[in-house]
Amino acid sequence: MTSYLIKGVSVLGGEPADLLIRDGVIAAGGRADEVIDAEGLVALPGLVDLHTHLREPGREDAETVETGSRAAALGGYTAVFAMANTSPVADTAGVVEQVWRLGREAGLVDVQPIGAVTVGLAGKQLAELGAMATSAAGVRIFSDDGHCVADPRLMRRALEYVKAFDGIIAQHAEEPRLTEGAQMHEGKVSTRLGLTGWPAVAEEAIIARDVLLAEHVGSRLHVCHVSTAGSVEVLRHAKARGVRVTAEVTPHHLLLTDELAASYDPVYKVNPPLRTAADVQALRQALVDGVIDIVATDHAPHAVEDKECEWAYARPGMVGLETALPVVLSVLGEQWELIAERMSRAPARIAGLTGHGTDLAAGTPANLTLVDPSARRVVDPAGLASRSRNTPYAGTTLPGRIVATFLRGEPTVLDGKAVK
Amino acid sequence: MASLRDTHIGNAQGKTVLSSADLHRVVDRIAHQILEKTSGATGTVLLGIPTRGVPLARRLAARIHAFEGIDVPVGALDITLYRDDLRLHATRALGKTEIPGAGIDGRRVILVDDVLFSGRTVRAALDALNDVGRPSSVQLAVLVDRGHRELPIRADYVGKNIPTAQSENVRVSLAETDGGVDEVRLSGSEETR
Amino acid sequence: MIKHLRSAADLDAETATLILDTAGEMAALAGREVKKLPTLRGRTVVNLFYEDSTRTRISFEAAAKRLSADVINFSAKGSSVSKGESLKDTALTLQAMGADAVVIRHPASGAPHRLASWVDGSVINAGDGTHEHPTQALLDAYTMRSRLGRIAGLRVVIVGDVLHSRVARSNVLLLSTLGAKVTLVGPPTLVPVDIAAALEPSTEVSYDLDSVLPDADVVMMLRVQTERMQDSFFPSAREYSRRYGLDVPRMRKLPEHAIVMHPGPMNRGMEIAPEVADSSRSTIVEQVANGVSARMAVLYLLLGGKA
Repeated sequence: MTSYLIKGVSVLGGEPADLLIRDGVIAAGGRADEVIDAEGLVALPGLVDLHTHLREPGREDAETVETGSRAAALGGYTAVFAMANTSPVADTAGVVEQVWRLGREAGLVDVQPIGAVTVGLAGKQLAELGAMATSAAGVRIFSDDGHCVADPRLMRRALEYVKAFDGIIAQHAEEPRLTEGAQMHEGKVSTRLGLTGWPAVAEEAIIARDVLLAEHVGSRLHVCHVSTAGSVEVLRHAKARGVRVTAEVTPHHLLLTDELAASYDPVYKVNPPLRTAADVQALRQALVDGVIDIVATDHAPHAVEDKECEWAYARPGMVGLETALPVVLSVLGEQWELIAERMSRAPARIAGLTGHGTDLAAGTPANLTLVDPSARRVVDPAGLASRSRNTPYAGTTLPGRIVATFLRGEPTVLDGKAVK
Repeated sequence: MASLRDTHIGNAQGKTVLSSADLHRVVDRIAHQILEKTSGATGTVLLGIPTRGVPLARRLAARIHAFEGIDVPVGALDITLYRDDLRLHATRALGKTEIPGAGIDGRRVILVDDVLFSGRTVRAALDALNDVGRPSSVQLAVLVDRGHRELPIRADYVGKNIPTAQSENVRVSLAETDGGVDEVRLSGSEETR
Repeated sequence: MIKHLRSAADLDAETATLILDTAGEMAALAGREVKKLPTLRGRTVVNLFYEDSTRTRISFEAAAKRLSADVINFSAKGSSVSKGESLKDTALTLQAMGADAVVIRHPASGAPHRLASWVDGSVINAGDGTHEHPTQALLDAYTMRSRLGRIAGLRVVIVGDVLHSRVARSNVLLLSTLGAKVTLVGPPTLVPVDIAAALEPSTEVSYDLDSVLPDADVVMMLRVQTERMQDSFFPSAREYSRRYGLDVPRMRKLPEHAIVMHPGPMNRGMEIAPEVADSSRSTIVEQVANGVSARMAVLYLLLGGKA
C-alpha cells in the first residue's frame, strides 16, 4: 500500500503541517512513498452524505453506483447513503445488499444503503426493517424519501420498531394531501407563474407531528431536506424540549430561491421546492446555530428527457455531490470547523458510521479530502462525473476545488481527477 | 414604431424645391386639372395614401370645393399590408384606411400621394384598392415626381417634376403631418455624409 | 418589436397600444367583401394544440389565413404527440418545417417559454395551463376600448376562479399596463392571497361581488368548472352561483354604461344568468369577432417585418 506525505496542509484551517498516511490510517511519523505538496490546501475529514440517490438498480441511464461514487469522491465524500427509491425499491435485504456490494466493487466511497420504511414506498405496510438491519449492508437509516410516511400510525410504529437495532427513520416531510399536483413553492411566484403551489405548511405540519411522535415513543427522528423557516422554528422548539431529532438541509436550499422557476426550466424543479429568500436566510442561520445538524446533498440525477420538457412533466431533483462543498463554502465562508461538523462528523454520528467523520489524528482511518479554497470554478454540466447533467449551477462560479480525496488511505481523487 | 417611407428619410438640410407658396399654387393647379380632366369631378373619389397623401387629398377636395362648390368624397387608403418590402424592415405601424360611405364601386378613384419614386407604393395601392371595390377607373395625383421608376406606372397629375439622383432625398413637409411649414426639400447624399 | 408573446407581461404600454390600434385597422378591413390580405404570404404559422380548444384554434386560423399565411394545424390528438413525442422533438420538427410562428395551447404552464428556447420562430401563447392567455387579454382590452372609448382609468371587476384562470392573469397584467384598475372577486379559496403582490400591486381583492358592482365599468365573468367542487373550493354550484354569479338583480347594480364580458365558453346559470349573457350590456359575441382582429394584429406585428 502506497504511503503518502501531505506536506504543508492546513488541517481545518490550522497552521500548515505535514500529514502522513500509511496502511490506511493517519500515521504519527516516518517516511512516505509519495509526497503531495499541499501548500494552501485545507484538509477536512472525508465528507459524509446522508442523502444520495444513486438510481441503481433501475435507472442506470441516470446514474449508477459507480458513477455516483465517482461524483461523490470528486466532491470530497468518503461515504454516501443511498436512498431506497430505486427500482426495485430497496425494501428487502436482497436489494440493499446488492447496492452495498456494488458500492464495494466501485471502491470510491463507502456506499451505505438506506432501507425503505414501507413496502414499495407505498406507505401501507412496514418493510422488513430488521432483515435489512442484520443484512451484510447493516442498514441503520430507513426512509421512504420521495414519499412521506404520511400515515401517523404507521410512522409511529416505524419510529418504535427500529429502536430494537438502533435504527433511525429519515422522514421526507410532505403532507401529501396539501401538495397534490404541486410544482413549486406556494407563494407569489407560483401565483404569477400559474404553477400549483407546494405550501410550506405541508412540510411544517409533518415535522411538528413527527417530533411529537418521536417524543412520545422516545425514538430518534431525522428530518430530510428541511426547506422552510417555519420548519426551523418547529425543530428549534423540539430540540429545546429534548426531542431526539436531527435535521438536514441541502446546498441548493441554502443558495437558490423560487424566483428561478420564472424561466420554467425544470433544472430548478426539486422536491421540496426552492423557497423564498427569507427561508434561505433562516436555513443558513439554523445551520450555523445547529438547529439543523447537517448538510446533505439530495443528489438526484435525472436523464435528459426527464428534464428537457415542460416544467409540470419534469422529475424533481438536482445533482449535487460535486458542487456541495463549493456551495457550502460560498454560503458559510471558510468556517472549516463548522463545515467539518456539518458535512462529516455529524452525519457520521447520526448514521452510527464508524471510521468516518473522525479527527485527522494518528491512528484514525485516513478518510479525508484536500480542498483548495482559493480556486474558483465555473460549473460546466458536461464536465460532471455524474451520469446526469441536471445541475442548477451551470455557468455559476463557485469557490473551492477538491484536489484530493482518500478512502482508508487510498487516493480516490488526485489532482482534482478521479483515480479510477 | 414610426412609419418610415423611403422618400422621407433624410435630414432637415438641403435646398428648398417648393416653398409654402409654391406648394399651395401647385395644389391649386392640380385641383383645376382634376376638374378639367374629370368634367367637374363628377363621380370622383379622392383617396390619399398615408401619411402625407391624406392631407393632400383633403386639400385638393377643399380647393375643388372653393373653385366650383363641388363636394368630392375624400378618404384614406393605407397600403402597408400590401407592401412588397415588409420583410426588409422592422414591422411598420399601420395607417388608417377610410373609404367614403358611398364606396368606390363604379367611381373614378384618384389616388393621392406626396412623392412618386419607384412606383411600388402605387402598385401596392392598386392591390389594396382591388380588395376594397371595383372603381370605373383609377388615376394618380402626386405632389412631386422624382423619377427612378421601377414599375410601369405614371401619374395623371404631377405638381412638380424634380430630377434627382437615386441617392438624394426628397422630403415633403405638411403642416398637418409635420407640424411646421409646408415645403419640399431636396437633400443630396453628399451633404448628409 | 417583441419576438414572442408568451405572457401579457411581454407587452409594455406602447406595444400593447400599438397592437390594439392595429387590431382596429384589422377590424375595419374585416367588414369588406374581400377579407384576405397578402401581408404574410409565404409565412408559415403552426397551430400546435395540446388541448381541445376549437374556438381559439379557429380564431388563430382565421387570423393567419386572412393575412395569407400558410397555416398548419398540429393537434396533439392522433399525432406523434399522443404517441409520446416530447415537446422538444416536436419543436425540432416544426423548426425543420420552417415555421415562422408557433401558436401553442398546452395544459402545462410555461410550455410556451420552453418552446421558445427550442425554435427560432416566434412563439405565441394561446393558453398555457393555469398561467396565461395573452391574446384573450388583448381582445378583451380591445373590446373594452371599442365599447367604452378608453382603458386608462377604467374600473374592471374580474369574477370567479382567479386561481386557475389564465384569462385573469393575462388581463390583470395587460389592463394594469394600460392604466385600468382591476378588482378580483371570488371565494377566498379561488383568489390567491398574494395575487396583487404576484402580478400588480394596484390590484384589489374583494370577496363581496355586490359591493364592487356599483363602481364597475366592466365586469368580466370567468368560467367556473364544476369539478372544483370536488376539491372543496366551494360547496355547491348553487351556493357559488348565489354568491358570485351575475344575475339580473346584480346586473341592475351596475352603472348605466357598464359592460359584461365573458371569455367563453359560458356556464349559463352558473356564473352568468342567460338574461345577462344575452343583454345589450354583454359583449360576448363581439369578443369572438374581436378575437380574430386582435390575433391578426399580433401575427402582423410579430411576423410582418424583418425577422
